[in-house]
Amino acid sequence: MKASRIKEAPIPAPPSGPVLWEKPFALTMLRDMLRIRRMEEKAAELYGAQKIRGFLHLYIGEEAVATGALHALAPQDNVVATYREHGHALLRGVGMGAIMAEMYGKQEGCSRGRGGSMHLFDKAIRFFGGQAIVGGGLPLTVGLALADKMLGRKAVSACFFGEGAMAEGAFHEAMNLAALWQLPVLFCCENNLYAMGTALARSESQTRLCVKAAAYGMAKEQLDGMDVVAVYEGMASAVKQVRTKGKPLFVELQTYRFRAHSMFDPDLYRDKKEVEAWKTRGPIHTYTARLKAQGTLTEDEFLALDVAAQAEVDAAVAFAEAGTWEPIENLLSDVYTPAGAT
Amino acid sequence: MMGRRISYREALREALREALQADSRVFLMGEDVGRYGGTYAVSKGLLDEFGPERIRDTPLSELGFVGAGIGAALGGMRPIVEVMTVNFSLLALDPIVNTAAMLRHMSGGQFSVPVVIRMATGAGRQVGAQHSNSFEGWYAHVPGLRVLAPATAEDARGMLAPALTDPDPVLIFEHAQLYNLEGELPDESTMDIHSAKVRRTGTDVSLITFGGSLPKALRAAEELALSGVSAEVIDLRVLRPLDDATVMASVRKCRRAVVVDEGWRSGSLAAEVMARISEQAFFDLDAPLARVCSEEVPIPYARHMEEAALPQVSKIVATALALMGSCA
Repeated sequence: MKASRIKEAPIPAPPSGPVLWEKPFALTMLRDMLRIRRMEEKAAELYGAQKIRGFLHLYIGEEAVATGALHALAPQDNVVATYREHGHALLRGVGMGAIMAEMYGKQEGCSRGRGGSMHLFDKAIRFFGGQAIVGGGLPLTVGLALADKMLGRKAVSACFFGEGAMAEGAFHEAMNLAALWQLPVLFCCENNLYAMGTALARSESQTRLCVKAAAYGMAKEQLDGMDVVAVYEGMASAVKQVRTKGKPLFVELQTYRFRAHSMFDPDLYRDKKEVEAWKTRGPIHTYTARLKAQGTLTEDEFLALDVAAQAEVDAAVAFAEAGTWEPIENLLSDVYTPAGAT
Repeated sequence: MMGRRISYREALREALREALQADSRVFLMGEDVGRYGGTYAVSKGLLDEFGPERIRDTPLSELGFVGAGIGAALGGMRPIVEVMTVNFSLLALDPIVNTAAMLRHMSGGQFSVPVVIRMATGAGRQVGAQHSNSFEGWYAHVPGLRVLAPATAEDARGMLAPALTDPDPVLIFEHAQLYNLEGELPDESTMDIHSAKVRRTGTDVSLITFGGSLPKALRAAEELALSGVSAEVIDLRVLRPLDDATVMASVRKCRRAVVVDEGWRSGSLAAEVMARISEQAFFDLDAPLARVCSEEVPIPYARHMEEAALPQVSKIVATALALMGSCA
């Protein structure tokens, strides 16, 4: 009831305007948003079928953020994400089959079935999780950037976190350390307006999030996280800035989660009308419409991309189904590093 | 063969200097490790020698800089993170437990976290409730961590190097009462970070202890000798994983055991050691197991009250003598 007293921010108009990218790149971005969407829709279905258990946090509605951001990062960069990280993992380069198998708990999964949905990892491509303590990934990212600086590597360390993490001490300590030591950290705040069920205005005394970056003397950027064009362009410039200056930067990506927080969430804390209104800003259909309107995309091309995404999902599910269970005898392995493993 | 006498503090400093010289990936960070010279003066002089990048002062952000140390370890460095006291380390429990200890297993064996985290622990200096605890036992509860408690100058000098070559997170607990303690460094030392050590041999009762309680247990053994009781003193050294074999060998020989642990009694490391003895050497015992732990109160400031709260030589002696009596 108190929530009604909090002034809701007006929902901006849907993303619009010309897409100035070359056609292949423009279609790649659409393809990747579709891949995340179809993978997660399938994951939700498989959760219902009890193939996937535990927690499952869907990114549906937020795909433009991971798509624009991950395309802006380079292979030498470090990526640290949250428990809502399926899309980040996929676009960083973890195979969809390995992600699906991980959600099944199979040893062919990217964390051998030990991590599950919230703990996707891939060392080879510098994907450091899959961190499920809110805010916990931020100090870790500062350390990765510190190592790069001390070792003379020109890498950017990007950490993704929700606006809910900004109420954690870890956020403020990490921001201070990164600014104090001038480390190449890209702080990517995915502001989807709700920390689980708590609306931004009910958790933050200052809801203009970029102001917090200013408190640390840190450069900042605010991007429309429902617009893949704005996200990619903004992130490409942000990454370049961090890489060349070697200083941290804070980006707020304004987005919205269309599904509930997790599969256990009855979604009682927000007005259905609000969700429907945000859906008019959906990252995939608005982008598709823009491409079609300017003649960059035909319906057949769209369908071909979608069919390909569905096929990839089907193959990933088949891979997960065919996967095997790690033998229970392995339970205690890798609590510590085996001798000779490093 | 005569060794060299050195204080525990100097031994730690020598070990740090050697590690910094040996590997350019090694650096020290923590509150006041640089300009100030270390809260316990362990890192005094190292800033001049190695510069501010490698002797890195941090803000008062235990959660932040311990997490950053873990991240730097993942990024290819070999950080030594100093936390001022074990009480302050509670602000960094999340990165230590949820990240450093779990990362390897939950990633399916992909990531090792070669970080070393040092901190002062223990009471006995009248610094009051919030600076006087021994939470080593809490950390020893956590799979994925290796927990060390150097109690001698030799271990203070020798444990850091193998801790740094260990691919997994290692916590080193330095009891604040030990920094001024002097000890002999042997000319040649073979150092391991997996075994407990017999610090005094005996035949009647095993005094099993670690860290700041070792000197107390050794003095208790001397007093017990005056009463005709031969006490063996076991220094656990490594609190996780525990070296059961050394403990059981001693208990089977002496047939009586007193565990001395400065942690609070309930759920203490002492409780774990006693449970293991019960499981593995029950039929070798001639008397019930006993322990001397801290009383279950916040550690008070007033000297007589603090002394009453902590394990003391007299309590260890009385407890051991009671065990001897119980089989008479």
